[in-house]
Amino acid sequence: MKSKISLAFKNCKKENRTALITYTVAGDNTKNNSLKILKAISKHADILELGFPHNTPIADGGQIQESSYRALKNGIKLEDVFQIVKRFKNIQPNKPLILMGYFNLIYQHGEDNFLKNCKKSGVDGLIIVDLPWPENKKFARKCKKKSINFIQLISPTTSHNRMKKIVRDSHDMIYYISMLSTTGGKLKVSPRKILKNYNKIKKINSKKNLVIGFGITNKTINSLKSANGLVVGSMLCKTISNSLKKGQNPVTKLDKVVYNLKNKIL
Amino acid sequence: MMQIKKGIPFIDQHNKEYLYGGKFGGNFIPETLKKPIDDLTKLFSKLRKNKNFLKERDYYFKNYIGSPTPFIKLENLTKHVGGAQIYAKVVSEANGGAHKIYNATVHCLIAKKAGKKFIVGDTGAGYAGKMLSMAAKKFNLKCKIFMGAKDIKRQRPNVEAMKKNGAVIVPVKTGSQTLVDAVSECMRYWVSNCDTTHMCVGSTVGPNIFVKICAWSTSQISRELIVQLKEEFGKIPKKIKLINCVGGGSSAMGFWNEFIDTDAEFYGVEAGGPKKSKLHAAPLSNGSKIGILHGAAQYVVQDKEGQIGSTESISAGLDYPGISPLHCFLKDTKRAIYTSVNDEEALNAYRLVSKLENISPSLEPSHAFAEAIKFAPKLKRSDVIVVNSCGDSLKDKDIIKSRLGYYIR
Ligand SMILES: Cc1ncc(COP(=O)(O)O)c(C=O)c1O
Repeated sequence: MKSKISLAFKNCKKENRTALITYTVAGDNTKNNSLKILKAISKHADILELGFPHNTPIADGGQIQESSYRALKNGIKLEDVFQIVKRFKNIQPNKPLILMGYFNLIYQHGEDNFLKNCKKSGVDGLIIVDLPWPENKKFARKCKKKSINFIQLISPTTSHNRMKKIVRDSHDMIYYISMLSTTGGKLKVSPRKILKNYNKIKKINSKKNLVIGFGITNKTINSLKSANGLVVGSMLCKTISNSLKKGQNPVTKLDKVVYNLKNKIL
Repeated sequence: MMQIKKGIPFIDQHNKEYLYGGKFGGNFIPETLKKPIDDLTKLFSKLRKNKNFLKERDYYFKNYIGSPTPFIKLENLTKHVGGAQIYAKVVSEANGGAHKIYNATVHCLIAKKAGKKFIVGDTGAGYAGKMLSMAAKKFNLKCKIFMGAKDIKRQRPNVEAMKKNGAVIVPVKTGSQTLVDAVSECMRYWVSNCDTTHMCVGSTVGPNIFVKICAWSTSQISRELIVQLKEEFGKIPKKIKLINCVGGGSSAMGFWNEFIDTDAEFYGVEAGGPKKSKLHAAPLSNGSKIGILHGAAQYVVQDKEGQIGSTESISAGLDYPGISPLHCFLKDTKRAIYTSVNDEEALNAYRLVSKLENISPSLEPSHAFAEAIKFAPKLKRSDVIVVNSCGDSLKDKDIIKSRLGYYIR
């Protein structure tokens, strides 16, 4: 049986467009609102990434840090994250949802227990920022056994030889980090160059769904739309921060921003 | 059972995944850092076997750092406390005033070999930053230091020194605004600039290669001490007790490394925090669980969920929730014993040592002295204690004055 993640990409290919992938943080700005946000943006997005926040994130820029700290201040726990996923999946069972975060939370929760809760709540995939290949081999295999996608990351510093091994061990989706940056950095590499690297990875195995993330906003998204999928994260976190500062409703704001992003790539 | 092997450098006693004892350390890092860390790992393993590089290192250790640092008997303290004979290895006499100069110098030498023109580092007490800025200036590297905003306020003298050396200081205002946040921010900076910039981690923490380079560098302290002990006693005294404070653990690792295969006893002293506070910076002696911090698995102050916990200590250099994987390994193999000392005890030790002796330890080694003062009376006259006096109190002048009402040195 094909995974929901695979089906989402297949659907996009049929419509001849890139998949829009969003990243928001669970519990930002409240547990309820983060669920409402998922519901609202899932009308436009093809795949949803949901961050489970950590207070010592070594690869996140200012915007995602701000969202994470806000969520943690509100007392978000992994248990709540799974609740949010579950409630979302009750309404939208077919929309793929990927959890993203740092390994220590999984380590403390217990790998098997974590995967059990993923399965129970309906998580489709995992991105673990600080568990690179080959350190992730064992855990990725566990994920596969539970039909949960473990999403491998590739970066501009990844050698070709290493790339081949990562692609070989990947599941349905691979994430290409566009540039040397934490999340939320300004796109400092030309889209042409990013796509050149993108194509190098595609050449290794064209069947793997490859998405690009980091530095993608409404301003840059159009230039990369030949990719299988594009991830927008920091821009959404920033939207939440700004709407809170202005006393606006973050849910309706985000609905609009993601709608606009979608229109840019149609 | 977890065991230390004889005859193999301690820093190399990890498995293929760079884990000591199968569970401490490793490389829990973002993909982007895999290649720079691989490159650095290969470069360092070549350099440490290269005779010319070792000559160069020894040249700078001697002529720039001022090796060997003195080894002295603390006659007055010994008399005052009673029991064992107390000695000090006065590492604060090294250029710059603390052991952090060894790691900083070696990192600059490596950065040069790697063809990097920029170097970045973290700092808590400000010594790691001060030394990196000094060495960077000497070796013509542009230097950037990440430091928590709280630490910038409480460690002024070292901040001034960094500025004088031309380093750019980046205040870190996230989280607790201390060392843990400075290390995170420094790593984030490196993720974005690893193509042009060399990173120096200020202690034996972080991804494995940084643990290794740091311990390899500070080991100079124990190499010197072995020679000095033989001069003083004719041999290494039986069951000699080596007492050292541990923050990240670089000073202690350097103090102990060459003694691992001997019967010297190791006592690591963590920061217990204020007497009346529940907060501390003592993951080894307070029963913290293993978790992942800054790219390595280690005992770390954290909550049940895995969020890194707040710490508190009068000593900025020890105010860190984690601890080197090497010390976790030493603890679990029972090769070293770890205790903690509270702020008040450390202050008292500072006062006593500064009053009685010609040295004046900073608040970090004052933790080790406090332990020695408690321990010595329980021992015999024939027992020997050596304390690593790894930092000078000058940087803590403001804190000491506000706590005691005076400052002596
Ligand atoms: C004088 C001094 N001692 C000890 C430490 C603690 O670090 P470590 O345990 O790595 O030696 C510091 C850190 O800044 C320091 O400045």
